[in-house]
Amino acid sequence: MMTEIMQVKEKNVKLHKKIEELSGEIVTLCEQCGICTTSCPMADEMDITPAGIMRLSQIGDEEVLKSKAIWICASCFTCTVRCPRGIDLAKVTEALRQITLRKNIDYIDFNDIKDELSQLPAIAVVSALRKFTG
Amino acid sequence: MKQNAKNFEKSAIASASLLGVELVEIPKWNCCGAVSSLTADDVMHHVAPIRNLVRVQQMNDDGVVNNEYRLVALCSMCFNVLKRSNLRVINDGEMLRKVNDFMDTEPDYEGTVEVVHFLEILRDVIGFDKVREKVKKPLNGLKVSAYYGCTLLRPKEVGIDDAESPTIMEELIKALGGEVADNPYKSLCCGSYHTVGGNKEIVAERAYKIINGARRNGADLLITSCPLCAFNLDNRQELTKRMHPEFEKMPVLYFTQLMSLAFGKEKEAGFDDNFVDPRPLLKERGLLEK
Amino acid sequence: MKIGVYVCHCGGNISDVVDVEKVAEFASKQPDVTVVRSISHMCSESGQKAIIDDVNEYNLDRVVVAACSPQFQGETFKKAVSKAGLNPHMVVMANIREQSAWPHYEEPEKATEKAKILTAMAIEKIRRAKPVERETLKMGKNVLVIGGGIAGIQASLDLANAGFNVYLVEKKPSIGGHMAQLSRTFPTEDCASCILSPKMADVAENPNIHLMTYSEILEVSGSVGNFRVRILKKPKYVDEDKCTACNKCTEVCPVSVPDEFNLGMTMRKAIYLPSSVAVPHSHVIDEDACLGLRPLACGLCSEVCEANAINYDEMPQYVNLKVDTIIVATGFDIFNALLKPQYGYHKYRNVITALEMERIIVEMAEGHLIRDVGKDVAFIQCVGSRDAQVGNLYCSRICCMYATKLASLLKRADPSREVYVFYTDLRAYGKGFEEYYRTAQELGVKFIRGRPGELMEDPESHKVVVRVEDTLTRKIIEKEFDLVVLSVGLVPSEGTKEIAEILKLPRSSDGFIKEAHPKFRPVDTPVDGIFVAGTAQGPKDIPDTVAQASAAAARAMSLMNKGEYEMSPIKAFVDEGKCDGCGLCVDACPVDAIKVVNKAEVNVGICKGCGSCISSCPRDAIDLKIFSNDEIMAEIEMALKDKGKGEKRIIMFADDMCTYTLADGVGTAKLRYDSNVYIIRVPSSSRVTPNMMIRAFEMGADGIFLGECEEAVSPYPETLKVIEENVKKAREALRNAGIEEERIQYSPFVTVMFKKFVNLANKMVKIADKYGEIPEEKRRKLRVLEVVYDD
Repeated sequence: MMTEIMQVKEKNVKLHKKIEELSGEIVTLCEQCGICTTSCPMADEMDITPAGIMRLSQIGDEEVLKSKAIWICASCFTCTVRCPRGIDLAKVTEALRQITLRKNIDYIDFNDIKDELSQLPAIAVVSALRKFTG
Repeated sequence: MKQNAKNFEKSAIASASLLGVELVEIPKWNCCGAVSSLTADDVMHHVAPIRNLVRVQQMNDDGVVNNEYRLVALCSMCFNVLKRSNLRVINDGEMLRKVNDFMDTEPDYEGTVEVVHFLEILRDVIGFDKVREKVKKPLNGLKVSAYYGCTLLRPKEVGIDDAESPTIMEELIKALGGEVADNPYKSLCCGSYHTVGGNKEIVAERAYKIINGARRNGADLLITSCPLCAFNLDNRQELTKRMHPEFEKMPVLYFTQLMSLAFGKEKEAGFDDNFVDPRPLLKERGLLEK
Repeated sequence: MKIGVYVCHCGGNISDVVDVEKVAEFASKQPDVTVVRSISHMCSESGQKAIIDDVNEYNLDRVVVAACSPQFQGETFKKAVSKAGLNPHMVVMANIREQSAWPHYEEPEKATEKAKILTAMAIEKIRRAKPVERETLKMGKNVLVIGGGIAGIQASLDLANAGFNVYLVEKKPSIGGHMAQLSRTFPTEDCASCILSPKMADVAENPNIHLMTYSEILEVSGSVGNFRVRILKKPKYVDEDKCTACNKCTEVCPVSVPDEFNLGMTMRKAIYLPSSVAVPHSHVIDEDACLGLRPLACGLCSEVCEANAINYDEMPQYVNLKVDTIIVATGFDIFNALLKPQYGYHKYRNVITALEMERIIVEMAEGHLIRDVGKDVAFIQCVGSRDAQVGNLYCSRICCMYATKLASLLKRADPSREVYVFYTDLRAYGKGFEEYYRTAQELGVKFIRGRPGELMEDPESHKVVVRVEDTLTRKIIEKEFDLVVLSVGLVPSEGTKEIAEILKLPRSSDGFIKEAHPKFRPVDTPVDGIFVAGTAQGPKDIPDTVAQASAAAARAMSLMNKGEYEMSPIKAFVDEGKCDGCGLCVDACPVDAIKVVNKAEVNVGICKGCGSCISSCPRDAIDLKIFSNDEIMAEIEMALKDKGKGEKRIIMFADDMCTYTLADGVGTAKLRYDSNVYIIRVPSSSRVTPNMMIRAFEMGADGIFLGECEEAVSPYPETLKVIEENVKKAREALRNAGIEEERIQYSPFVTVMFKKFVNLANKMVKIADKYGEIPEEKRRKLRVLEVVYDD
């Protein structure tokens, strides 16, 4: 397997700035300690770890937008209350999701879930649609 | 609360009235949105929660209540969203102005409302001692594990108790005469909205961890304060069992159902609507008529 | 009056941007200027010689050096003019390097104009300044050292051996502090108590050290050269001189309580020897644990004491001392791991702190097994440090090394052990540290870069599961350990916090005792005559503690050695002719340095020279000797004189400790800001009265900014409140004259806020631009405020 090389270009710097603007958090504060990863209840299901999400955000690597991880996040805020630098990671992952959702690319399709609606409580449907659609 | 969590509402109102508290329903309430908007520029998603706060203001103006600016939430997700939006607009005048402008058919929100959770009322206004007094049927050594989920405790500005070692639900359990079974996963996220769509296994897996964590400490049942957590931990046990055949089911109750039971008001507890039926266990412990 | 003005090229640093010849020419036209020279390096021997020669030849009585910052070479020129026979305060520097040439390097013309004005300001300032004699206090040879850990011990020995009289006060029944609890010390693995004990014995034997253990400081009043201290000596109920430490009493005592020396892991009796290395080496009765002394409930210990050393009737003693200087060496506590419940301390039996591990290792070496250590051991770094969630943002400095040490000791004791250290950064900065880290790696200690969010316990085996993201491989790894050691950080001890209150010492934002200047006065506190040493000032290891202790001792000695002490001349003084004894200044002084006996009197030993008193006086009777009213007004006038039409001039008052240093830093970093901002140096911005601000606007100022140290780092207490009040009053006057209040702003700073400084400086000019020039009629409407009596 070849070593992957990423050329850091203007578009990466722009992505980093966009993430900071949308989230209101300074991602360069992250010192990559990994506490968020081990606090995250969903970390085992993710393809990149939460600390990895932060690292890719710092460098503006677009791979982070294509990751499964940001959609597996359940916005439980455990990372936020544990981060020793005081970064609100939940806001950062939200920003990453929003970048895609605001391009009118939804994560779930209403048609896929309309059959189970009768079995689901309103709270589940509302929260899922709010999080996963633009 | 009017559909899937009917038992939550019924048991809450019954318990509250016994404790001398009248829970007045907000007229024309709207769905709070269930999740908080987390982006720095979002204004739209604050409208729904704030509109409910405006209702509280109106209730005071219309004389429905007298100088009562506390909005009590039962569902912890609603509590989280309402309190978070409230704090946001109170601390950011620009945001408040924008939200008020959006809601131009409603009176302006003036930042006067305080959002509290029913558990806080129990602890701070009524007091657990009074709760203890009203117990007609002490829980007889029933081992109960508290499940907080995420939204009652996090983020820190919203939380009603310490995020790492909360005790409020345990105090309630003890006041009702039950025994506390600790659970290292008491605030592990249940999986939340992943119960919708193609990732249900995530929820079932969390239910597995949380319920086993309680079981290993000897718990008979779990209590919770969030209808989504209740759904995920209760109804999804079917899926959990399919994924882990050795898994033993455990009843999941709303904390108000436990209160109703202990106060001798079984009918209002609404055990019919619980997916994993708690009645066999309760009958076995002499807490319900056979 | 004959003034000499010297314009420095600074080897191009100034002259590359500023036209120094034009500045020199401009200076020569100012009143009373006799000599003007432009020289390549003023601070050099030849530059200083030029001043001295000119003073002698032309009978100069004042000197202005237009060069770098007074914080940089101020002392050099004070010494130069002293050598020439002038009062050292007859020289003033115009800061045309850090505050003109450097920040305005892109605008050489404006930089030159500004340099001219700054020089003119300095000339006018020195014209109105008065020579100031430094006051001297009589100094004796008595020192109080508070705290008997290694810092206090070292400082005491240095002072005692130099012939000074030391009172060493320690709260616990024995000296030695935390060092006495340690096993081995990094990076050499010396046995801690082996190297400490001889020093402790020296303290006990040194005739110049009066050791008071089990004693506490109750009150301290007075000032340098005359501190009055009241000490409580708690009764030990055992005579230190008679006790032979035979231990018979301990054997018969019926009461067992947790032993603090072993952090509660073992028990001790109510009558006990504090530790095997205790100094004084005597037992003590813990009266709270004892069944009862008055009336006597038990009495078994006294029955078996052959030395007759026990006295149940001993009473607490109060000791009053007069000392000349004080050294604070009150040390640290470890971070309370209960504040991080996610790590399971006191919940899981196999999670302990590093200090507990030290005690376990020491006791193991002596044959007592407090607990089994097991095979697989993990160290979790940064517990309670570098953590915004518990409010400790700082790094505790020693934990990486002490964990490496403990890990190495464990690995060497049993090579089949698996020892892991989970870290975020591995800080091995000191002498021998990196080599020691390497040795640990050679031994097979595994260093994993990742911090766990929580620890879980297997409810049956009680093994602790550490789950961590190995951030270097990006994999999540999980491992069970027999024992997890939390590398807890250092926090200021309870004693440190109490002493800071009693002595009115400010604490830094990390909670430790604040030093007078972070670079140049690291062991002085802002209070004259009080020094700090060891971990009370901040986390550090033993070599740094010992170095600081000797430094503090040396500083104290240099203060006391000559028998007299020259104080900073920046003090308040009262013009008795104007003073009517109203006493408003007494309340205004944040350190209680003023009292009224007929007229107001300033205690120069306590006065810090902030100038908060000045704006309180209705009679203009109180002023500072240096940075006086006249001097400040001189600078304001010259900054605004000859302001052209359409030009903007912002006056920024910068407090010496923080804002002025910050401005210098901004210039040194060549960060640009609007050159229309003219900085006036003040000891504290609280010395700027509302009337000064009003007069500045009368004279043409377009905006005023006051910068001051943030509360947590300020050498003066409460000046921000005074500034806020003064600004409020000045803004009211502006409002009454129809001038925009926004033109006056103030802000706290610390010396690293480069961006904030630049933004605020530029913002002031933007505000002035927004509102335009203040019309003449409005400026004439400004009324000077009366200070009103509060009856």
